[in-house]
Amino acid sequence: MSRKLHARRIEAIDKNIWVEFTQLAADYKAVNLGQGFPDFSPPSFVQEAFCKALNGGFSMHQYTRAFGHPNLVKILAKFFSRIVGREIDPMEDILVSVGAYQALFCTFQALIDEGDEVIIVEPFFDCYQPMVMMAGGTICLLYLRLKCCGPVLSSADWVLSPEELASKFSPRTKAIVINTPNNPLGKVYQREELQMIADLCIKHDVICISDEVYEWLTYDGTKHVKIASLPGMWERTVTIGSAGKTFSATGWKVGWAMGSGHILKHLKTVHQNSVYHCATAAQEAVAVGFQREYDVFGTEESYFHQLPIHLHEKRLRLADCLKSVGLKPILPQGGYFMIADISNLNVDLTDPSTKDEPYDYRFVKWLIKEKGLATIPVSAFYSPEHRNEFQKYIRFCFVKEDTTLQAAEDILRQWSDSK
Amino acid sequence: MDSWRTVKVLQREKICNMYRIVFLNDKMASIKHKNAKRIEGLDKNVWVAFTSVAADPSIVNLGQGYPDIPPPSYVKEGLAQAAMVDRLNQYTRGFGHPTLVKALSKVYGKVYDRQLDPFKEILITVGGYGSLFSTMQALVEEGDEVIIIEPFFDCYVPMVKMAGGKPVLIPLRLVGYSADWVLDQKELASKFNSKTKAIIINTPNNPIGKIFSRSELQAIADLCIKHDTLCFSDEVYEWLVYKGHEHVKIATLPGMWDRTITIGSAGKTFSVTGWKLGWSIGPDHLIKHLQTVMQNSLYTCPTPLQEAVGQGLLREFELMGKPDCYFTSLALELEGKRDRMAAMLRQTGMTPVVPEGGYFMIVDVTALNQDLSHMGDDEPYDYKFVKWMIKEKVFCFQFEKYIRLCFIKQESTLDAAEAILKSWNKG
Repeated sequence: MSRKLHARRIEAIDKNIWVEFTQLAADYKAVNLGQGFPDFSPPSFVQEAFCKALNGGFSMHQYTRAFGHPNLVKILAKFFSRIVGREIDPMEDILVSVGAYQALFCTFQALIDEGDEVIIVEPFFDCYQPMVMMAGGTICLLYLRLKCCGPVLSSADWVLSPEELASKFSPRTKAIVINTPNNPLGKVYQREELQMIADLCIKHDVICISDEVYEWLTYDGTKHVKIASLPGMWERTVTIGSAGKTFSATGWKVGWAMGSGHILKHLKTVHQNSVYHCATAAQEAVAVGFQREYDVFGTEESYFHQLPIHLHEKRLRLADCLKSVGLKPILPQGGYFMIADISNLNVDLTDPSTKDEPYDYRFVKWLIKEKGLATIPVSAFYSPEHRNEFQKYIRFCFVKEDTTLQAAEDILRQWSDSK
Repeated sequence: MDSWRTVKVLQREKICNMYRIVFLNDKMASIKHKNAKRIEGLDKNVWVAFTSVAADPSIVNLGQGYPDIPPPSYVKEGLAQAAMVDRLNQYTRGFGHPTLVKALSKVYGKVYDRQLDPFKEILITVGGYGSLFSTMQALVEEGDEVIIIEPFFDCYVPMVKMAGGKPVLIPLRLVGYSADWVLDQKELASKFNSKTKAIIINTPNNPIGKIFSRSELQAIADLCIKHDTLCFSDEVYEWLVYKGHEHVKIATLPGMWDRTITIGSAGKTFSVTGWKLGWSIGPDHLIKHLQTVMQNSLYTCPTPLQEAVGQGLLREFELMGKPDCYFTSLALELEGKRDRMAAMLRQTGMTPVVPEGGYFMIVDVTALNQDLSHMGDDEPYDYKFVKWMIKEKVFCFQFEKYIRLCFIKQESTLDAAEAILKSWNKG
């Protein structure tokens, strides 16, 4: 065919680090601390719920309600009403999506037009930028910056400058995207930080898109605060959640967007013109999971209580190991990931196929190919314009079985000893 | 009775072409919280509106296209087994789980009689619907015209519009005593011009059940080649072909592989519409653009479901062409139901259009001459007829003077429908 075929909206968004790096990890059969998924099973009560659902009569295998399986939206509304402190309408205020990823997609497609500005905080989960671009929006970037340098670094040390934040808001600003707990840093925004963002959203009448997929995973007593619960914010916030991250079942791809009906209705329009429904049985199983968690919320039996405790130890263990081999980890307050500074290592990266790439990309590829350990380069979480300034960090996922973490440690120690 | 309001709104849209519901809330009517232009006017959806009707157990649901018969047991078991494997509860390959894409390349490699690259020529999507969306977003934009054949599955027009394209419609027309629905060739040719990006075809067709013949597809193919356009071929009902008919893939005609995206559905193939898995098959240089949309929209589809469909396809591959292949046995089972429903409708004096393939049968209701004057004055006959039917506890869809009935239903559902239809005869 002689003519140009593809639509302009997909220009410049064809590269994707996950496609590249998951393939590489698979090709080299690397110990995978790269992509963010657990290598242990979902909790048994949720697996049992799934099996029960698929044996539950013909309706479990046929279309359900387009905007979300009734059992699921009802329990999500009940569950989160208690947390947010307001009555959430299951039919108006919630949209179930194919993972949080599709909820983000619906949000941008529904609300962003050409000429709209969207504020994104770097480092960011990589899909925000291409999604805004695909919707024709313009990205306004600002950084989380390291406020101090000490021996023990925490994600809490990465902060926004109030002046810089305020300067990004303009009459064309349609939305700001925040992610807390943050991927890749692990930062958990404090109430005061969220209030600062909220004040600006209200002042400039801007929508807040709050990606909270790791909301149950906070450590060291850090509290996750929902920006939608701050005064004046419910009516202008879309909160994104994930059953995959909540129940360690990323492969089920069940997520949701939650917010005031007058905004959610636009996401629903995108949804009904793109995928229309999500898989029924998985939604039923997630509903059963949430009902169980609703009943035991706050108790020791709750998975939302047990999982962070479980991961707390893994996080510390990995941090200690990284320190012992000369890497400088940033201890995360929340989430699945830990980033580490690799600038002290002097590795001879002579692979000619990577010579034009940022240092961290080259290092990660070397680590996969030469040592069989997969991680993700953190400059992938920066905009292409700024990538070169942030080439010295790599990201580890610690939500893994102890055997996996042990295998990673063995590789790192062996490498360190051989130097 | 939410559905009635929506039916009325749809009606007004049809007449006035500019009806919009304005949602007013004085606390939050912010101009900045307005929707993006791409979804302007796309908020109505007839399926969404009728969910409450569909959920009413007292109504015999012959409306929406899904089976109330169970899927094959080995497919359910396959899912149960997959869910027990830790790794299969986590993310899989974005463009399609390896087990599934390899199984598809095997099955369709045989059907297309060509080597299909599972990683470059196949994309797994959220249902056939998701494939249509990925295709439009990848390949259609402002300035593009897309030819759509009427009557059409309702999402084609809004999806083209959302992608910024312009739908160009051409109707199938009823000709001759054999009641064939055909395209007028001159008319079809006149719809193609330099702005035409693609034509969408759906075979077997929803709602009519027409299967486009090889020569009809060749005529379309000739125009695609002449005008250098793409072809989006929605073939979700491809296995549901009744005696005396053959499903032909337009992508197999000379010159068409390189310009065709063919869409399939696990939901329709294995009677598991609630699994929402589908696929796009086509040449690498087109599929790669759909993959770009995928990686920027939902990234990956559910893993255990893909594993189970992959295993199901591998099983069917071994049985292809044999009577116990599900593709064959389901078609045979449905043919019986099709014939039963046609007979039921004839007994009430209506004339069914017996479909060559697919899930649906349309029937001309004018012969019934149903007196609907008690249903209100201000609506056309067809809307009043659907309302009347729901009052009579039978739910279906309509277009013009036809109603559309779905017959992939268990015998007890068809029994209930028969009882209601018989009572009209007496009425």
